[in-house]
Amino acid sequence: MNKIEILKKGIIKDNPVFVLLLGLCPVLGVTTSAFNGFGMGMATTFVLFMSNFVVSIIKDFIPAKVRIPSFIVVIASFVTITELVMEAFLPDLFDALGLFIPLIVVNCLILGRSEAFASKNDTFSAVTDGLAMGIGFTLALTALGGFREILGSYSLFGYSFIEGDGMLVFVLAPGAFIGLGYLTAIFLKIIGER
Amino acid sequence: MAKKESTFSNMVLTLFLITACAALALAMVYNVTKGPIERGKIERRQAAISLVVPEFDTLVTEKFMPPEAADSLDFNFAYKNGELVGIAVQTFTNQGFSGYISAMVGFYPDKRIYDVVSLEHAETPGLGDKIEKDKSDWSDQFRDFDPTEKQLRLKSNRGDVDGITAATITAEAYCDAIDRAYKTLEENLEERHLSMEE
Amino acid sequence: MEYIFIIIGAIFVNNIVLAQFLGICPYMGVSAKVSSSIGMSGAVMFVMTLATIVTYLIYNFILIPLDITFLQTISYILVISSLVQMVEIILKKVSPALYQALGIFLPLMTTNCAILGVTLLAVQNEFHLIQGAVFAISHAIGFGLAIILFAGIREQLDLVNMPKGMRGAPAALVVAGILALAFMGFAGLV
Repeated sequence: MNKIEILKKGIIKDNPVFVLLLGLCPVLGVTTSAFNGFGMGMATTFVLFMSNFVVSIIKDFIPAKVRIPSFIVVIASFVTITELVMEAFLPDLFDALGLFIPLIVVNCLILGRSEAFASKNDTFSAVTDGLAMGIGFTLALTALGGFREILGSYSLFGYSFIEGDGMLVFVLAPGAFIGLGYLTAIFLKIIGER
Repeated sequence: MAKKESTFSNMVLTLFLITACAALALAMVYNVTKGPIERGKIERRQAAISLVVPEFDTLVTEKFMPPEAADSLDFNFAYKNGELVGIAVQTFTNQGFSGYISAMVGFYPDKRIYDVVSLEHAETPGLGDKIEKDKSDWSDQFRDFDPTEKQLRLKSNRGDVDGITAATITAEAYCDAIDRAYKTLEENLEERHLSMEE
Repeated sequence: MEYIFIIIGAIFVNNIVLAQFLGICPYMGVSAKVSSSIGMSGAVMFVMTLATIVTYLIYNFILIPLDITFLQTISYILVISSLVQMVEIILKKVSPALYQALGIFLPLMTTNCAILGVTLLAVQNEFHLIQGAVFAISHAIGFGLAIILFAGIREQLDLVNMPKGMRGAPAALVVAGILALAFMGFAGLV
C-alpha cells in the first residue's frame, strides 16, 4: 500500500472516530474545548506513532501468544512518558486532561493499530499509519471540542466572541454524545458513505 | 507474523525483556522530569499562598492535624520584618460533588480570613467551578469573614455563607474545607508563632 | 452509612458511562442487543471488582513502599490483561457454556477503559480495600444499568423509520446523550 493511500485512509476514509468508532472515551471526555481536544489528539498521536514504530521493529521477536500483553507494555510505557513530560512541561494541559492521559493506554485505537497494522507491516508504513490515524483522531477531537466550546462557552480556543455563559449542556456529558452523533452524521455524509 | 515459537520460556523471556526495557526507559524519563514537576508544584503553591496573605518576606511551614484527623494540613506562616502577617493553610474536603476539593485559605493573625483560592477540584463546569476566582466572585465573600463571630456554613444550613445556585453541595463542601482550616488554626495557633525566633 | 453514598454515587450520580465517559467502546459496540449487553455487564462486574482489589494491593504494598509509583499505569494494565487471560482460561474449563455466551467480549475487557478507569479512581479517592471493592461492584452495576437500558432502546430504534444519514451510530449517540441528560437528574442525590 503506498504511503499516500495510508494517509488518506487514516484521516478520511477510515477516520478512527467517525468511521471506525474507536477510542471514543477520550473523544467524549476531554472535548470540552477545542484546545483540550487538540492537546489530547497530539498526545495520542505521539503514543500511536512511537508504539507503531517500536511494535513494527520488534514484531518478529514476539511469540504469538504474548503479543497483546507485549504491545500493551510498549503502549503503556509511551503513555507514562507522555504523562511525565506533560506534567513537567505543560501543567495546564495536564490538569485539563486529567484522568484521560493514563487512559490513552486502553484507547482501543492504539492497541487496534498495533494488532491490525504495525505487527504486520514494515516500519515506514507502520509509522505513516500511526501518523495518519493520529491526525484523523486529532481532527475529530478538535472538531468536537470546537463544536462544544462554541455552543457551550461562546468561545473558540479560549477567545470569547459573544457575551454570556453559553449553553451549559454542551459542556456536560449529554452535549458530548449528541455533538458526536451529529458530527458523525455530517462527516459520513461529506465523505460520501451515506 | 511471529517468527518465534510460543514456548513457555520464550513467552516469559520476551515479556520480561520488554517490561525490563520499558521500566528502564521510564526510570530515566522519571528522573529527568522529577525536578520540573516538583518545581512546578512548589511554584503553584507559592503563587496560591501569595494570593491569600498580605505581603511577606519569609515563609515558615508546619504541619498540623485537623480535629477529626485523617490527613495533616500544611500551615504556611508568613512573616514580614519578623512579625506574623498572615497564615496560609492548605486545606481540603472530600465532600465535593465530584469528591476531593483542595483550597488555600489565608488568615490574619487575629484569625479573620484574608482570602481563599481553590486549588484542585473536579466540580461541574459552569456550576461547582464557581468556587474558582476567575469563574465567579462568589468566593470574595470570604474576605474579612470572621469565623470567631460567624458560622462557616451555608445560610440555608443555619450558617452565614451565601450559597451557589444549583451547586449547593459544592458550596457546602468548600465551607467544610475552610472550616477545617479554621478549626485546626484555632487549636494550634500559639504565642510563639506571632514572631519569628532566630 | 458512607457505603450507601458510594453505591448510589457510583450507580447513578457518577455513572461510569453516562457521566464519566469511561467504557464507551464496549458501550457502543455491544449494545445492539439486550442479551449481549447482559453478558458484557456480567463479565465487566467480575473483572472490574477483581482488578480493583488486586491493583489496590499492588499500589499500597509494592509501588508505594518501593517509591515506584510511576509504574502505576504499566502494572495496572498488566494486572488487568493477565486477569482477563486468567478469567478466560478458568471460564473455559469451569463453564464452557458461559464462555461461549460471552464470546469475544472477554478478551475485549482488556481495552475497556472503564476497568482501568475504576482502578485508578479507587486509588485517587483513597478508599481502603472494602470500600474499593464496593466502589468497583457499584460501578459495574452502573455500567450494566446504562448499557442494558441503552440496548433496549436501540433494539426498538432498529425497527423505526429514520433519515438514512442518522441510521446506526449517529442516532445511537444522540440517544446516549438523552440518556445522559436523564441521568443528570440524579445530580445532588448524594
